[in-house]
Amino acid sequence: MSWRRLGHRLGGALGVVLGVALLTFLLVHLIPGDPVELMLGESARPADRAALEASLGLDRPVALQLADQFSRLARLDLGSSLYSRRPVAELIAERFPATLALAAAALAIAVVVALPLGMLAARRRGRAADAVAMGLALLGQSVPSFWLGPLLILVFSVWLGWTPVSGREGLASLILPALTLGTGMAAVLARMVRGSLLEVLGEDWLRTARAKGLSEGAVLWRHALPNAALPVITVLGLQAGALLAGAVITETVFAWPGIGSLMVEAIQRRDFPVVQGCVLLVSVCYVAVNALTDLAYAWLDPRAQAGP
Amino acid sequence: MTAVARLSIAVLGLWAGASLLAPWLPLAPDAVDLGRILAPPGLTGWLGYDEVGRPVADRLLEGARVSLAVAGVVVLVSATIGTAVGLLAGYLGGAVDRWLGRLVEVFLAFPGLLLAIALAALMGPGLGNLVVALAATGWVGYARLARGQVLALRRREHVLAAESLGVRPVRIALRHLLPLMAAPLIVEATFGFAGAVLAEAGLSFLGIGVQPPAASWGGMIREGVRYMLVAPHLVVTPGLALSAVVLATNLFGDWLRDRLDVRQAAVTGRRRT
Repeated sequence: MSWRRLGHRLGGALGVVLGVALLTFLLVHLIPGDPVELMLGESARPADRAALEASLGLDRPVALQLADQFSRLARLDLGSSLYSRRPVAELIAERFPATLALAAAALAIAVVVALPLGMLAARRRGRAADAVAMGLALLGQSVPSFWLGPLLILVFSVWLGWTPVSGREGLASLILPALTLGTGMAAVLARMVRGSLLEVLGEDWLRTARAKGLSEGAVLWRHALPNAALPVITVLGLQAGALLAGAVITETVFAWPGIGSLMVEAIQRRDFPVVQGCVLLVSVCYVAVNALTDLAYAWLDPRAQAGP
Repeated sequence: MTAVARLSIAVLGLWAGASLLAPWLPLAPDAVDLGRILAPPGLTGWLGYDEVGRPVADRLLEGARVSLAVAGVVVLVSATIGTAVGLLAGYLGGAVDRWLGRLVEVFLAFPGLLLAIALAALMGPGLGNLVVALAATGWVGYARLARGQVLALRRREHVLAAESLGVRPVRIALRHLLPLMAAPLIVEATFGFAGAVLAEAGLSFLGIGVQPPAASWGGMIREGVRYMLVAPHLVVTPGLALSAVVLATNLFGDWLRDRLDVRQAAVTGRRRT
């Protein structure tokens, strides 16, 4: 990979991050309705309103607020919570490890499920196994996590008693949330694995590999899969970023103490600085993961470097 | 038409028909029957009763009305805005394309639901706000798709001929480009509908979508989870309805894509909740 391309990509990502920060800032200003009224209710006393406006900085000119916001962002200062008065960055730092653990586990589950499922479907294209595998994948894509989660709790925690109902205590409590979050991703990934394997399976060099007497397994794992991996990796990157957002609902279902449940708690308390901080963090992670995916793509496939 | 496509159209048609007819059906989604609190499905109320004694079947139909209407409006609004932006960027090119491209990129940097959640939370409850929040995140996919299509089509001979005849750009876009882009846009809109149904239910589940006591599938699951141990039917029923509609829409979209021969470049499932 050339340094120029690397710089170009990172510069682009930085630009998007700045745009994201701008939009998160503008959220409070652009939307119809008055956030202060939403936070305090219609019957708030004028003095309370003024105090809240001052503490949010809303009483000053917008341009000044914007400049202030960016200078604070540059120092990684996300403001402080209206509810607990603690710095938003501190709150996020407390909760982030739990979300990362959940996302990593969900990612692992998705890959472990999707690879065999997609490979099976591609090898048995058009037959019963293909239809069943892809039907499962479509089902997994259509079942919402806020329904799958409660069902899993009902079966595995309540009826079978194998796992804790909710919270974060030990490894066992990670299983159900990770399964819930990983299912949708596994479904998308399995469809992608099947699709990109099918594109590769008709190639001449695979016929050659078979002709020289390689077993079907070796053909698939050594020759077909590495060549089919690129689109799969792109989807994996996109999905890994989206996992953090999907975690908002899954964490709420399982009372998992991560960024997602922090955000929902903040929404319920009308604690907008915390909401903004969470949105900003997740979006920045998403952009970063996508940029890394692009770089990995270029590194894995020298042909992709020919582009701009 | 395949059997799967027929079945999915039947499922969708049934729900759409039921929700259109709902105003004339003898429904009582808000009628409280204290003697039947948390009653399981039975002969008198065939899907059972909820935690304050309201009939689940009636609320399910009422919820279908809300869910399908919101999703339909969201798809309509986001497809219109997105297609317009895509046409503008693709056809005009240059600085307009660059700046619109940047705008799209910033919106794409917010993963799926997150922006909708933030918007819905900041704007406060209300069906109108719900639609705005979902459309604000939904238009981006159509914009990308439409722009790509325009770039592929704008050097076609019939477009060049129209241009050299002095046809106005707006007319070229609407009469000579849009009809040729319709197929992929319709397929995208089908998957977009499934995504919007899921997203609306997700927001209502989080308590920032449709507000109680109005019925919605996401809201029913939210309330049902609290009574899951004593009355699992409160969670199971709306979830089944929701999954059936989303699955049917996705299957229909798959069939439509094959039928209209749309080569899909975009990754579906972007808006998973």
